[in-house]
Amino acid sequence: MEHHANLIPWQQLARRTGATLKWIPVTTEGRLDYSTLETIIDSSTKIVAFTHQSNVLGTVNDVAQIVVAAKKVNAITILDGCQSVPHFAVNVKSLGVDFLAFSGHKTLGPTGIGILWGRSELLAQMEPFLYGGSMIESVTMSEATWAPAPRKFEAGVPNMAGAVGLGAALQYLTKIGMENVHAWEMELTQYGLEKISAIPGVTIIGPSTPEQRGAVLSFTVDGIHPHDVGQVLDQYGIAVRTGHHCAWPLMKKYGIAGTTRASFYIYNTMADVDALVVGIISAQEYFKVA
Amino acid sequence: MELDSLYQEVILDHYKRPQHKGLSETKDAQVHHVNPSCGDEVTLNLSVDGGIVSDISWDGVGCSISQASTSIMTELVMGKSVADAYKILDNFSQLMASKGTMKGDENILEDAVALAGVSKFPARVKCALLGWMAFKDASVQAIDGSEKA
Repeated sequence: MEHHANLIPWQQLARRTGATLKWIPVTTEGRLDYSTLETIIDSSTKIVAFTHQSNVLGTVNDVAQIVVAAKKVNAITILDGCQSVPHFAVNVKSLGVDFLAFSGHKTLGPTGIGILWGRSELLAQMEPFLYGGSMIESVTMSEATWAPAPRKFEAGVPNMAGAVGLGAALQYLTKIGMENVHAWEMELTQYGLEKISAIPGVTIIGPSTPEQRGAVLSFTVDGIHPHDVGQVLDQYGIAVRTGHHCAWPLMKKYGIAGTTRASFYIYNTMADVDALVVGIISAQEYFKVA
Repeated sequence: MELDSLYQEVILDHYKRPQHKGLSETKDAQVHHVNPSCGDEVTLNLSVDGGIVSDISWDGVGCSISQASTSIMTELVMGKSVADAYKILDNFSQLMASKGTMKGDENILEDAVALAGVSKFPARVKCALLGWMAFKDASVQAIDGSEKA
């Protein structure tokens, strides 16, 4: 259920190092199949990278269970928090992961910046991946030593404007309170799931109940391609994402070309859900599939 | 409504009843084109005999615009010389780039003028061009193949 951003880098790493890439399968309901954990994460496993919340299905994964399985074999855990950090309170210490990453643009912040958190002892062991200004401790004509993390990973002129913007966005969310953000999203999720799944010819792709899932609602409409659904919704002033959501293998698993995805957040209301329902029904009428 | 300029009846007809859909058993060239941003796919078989498009067939998945446009294109180029097909293709490409300022020449483009409205929706232009670009690619391969043979 990974976004291409948490898939392609591992494909490339595997190609370069000869490592083998394995997947935890996804059930029809859109959950990870935890019964396979012990066979997939074995003594040869070095890294377990997984998403906290699926950007397509809305599924919130059971981090604790995966971390236990990874720790048992001394594998490093890397959590993709792009869809979780902006939506509910996330505590890296209690999750027990080794690394966590999230992006600025999904936290109401600017594009082009994100956060990578890592355990200090692991960061200390890692070599820089970019070289240049600002990342050194001392330099001679023949060699250089690195500044401690995070500076050794931040070569060159920093993205200052992005950092200030991201800081402001995170303060804004903190002021609202992540528990309030989450509580509101859960209300939208409950209402949205009920209303959208009640439309004949519409199928929710992902967990059908609000437990352990977020307010990303992906769906298909019988007889109408997601692009066409999105075009009609756009006409009604409703912004959705259509297509494979950078998770092409997941679309193939479900045997679909893509989905239409409504991603609810703090600024949405129940009236927005109602408008979406009207929009979907209008699309069905327009394409004469209702 | 703005939508009606995008989804002309002709387009919806071709979407529901696509022409030349279903891949032929024989072909001079086969190409597979995808639209990576949305996942639309077209596989196209082409046979060229003495510079004439003697057979064209396709299969694919995608939105109404990509599928209807491919269907319309196959009807237009079937039986025509590749040179004439390119003229139609150039004309259609210009129409798609027109941002809603051109209506399209019905004498050249026939049913494809129904796609004129697509040019007002920049995100959908690549949908309309998917099948046409597949044809262009296939025709180059088919001609290359026959020259080598």
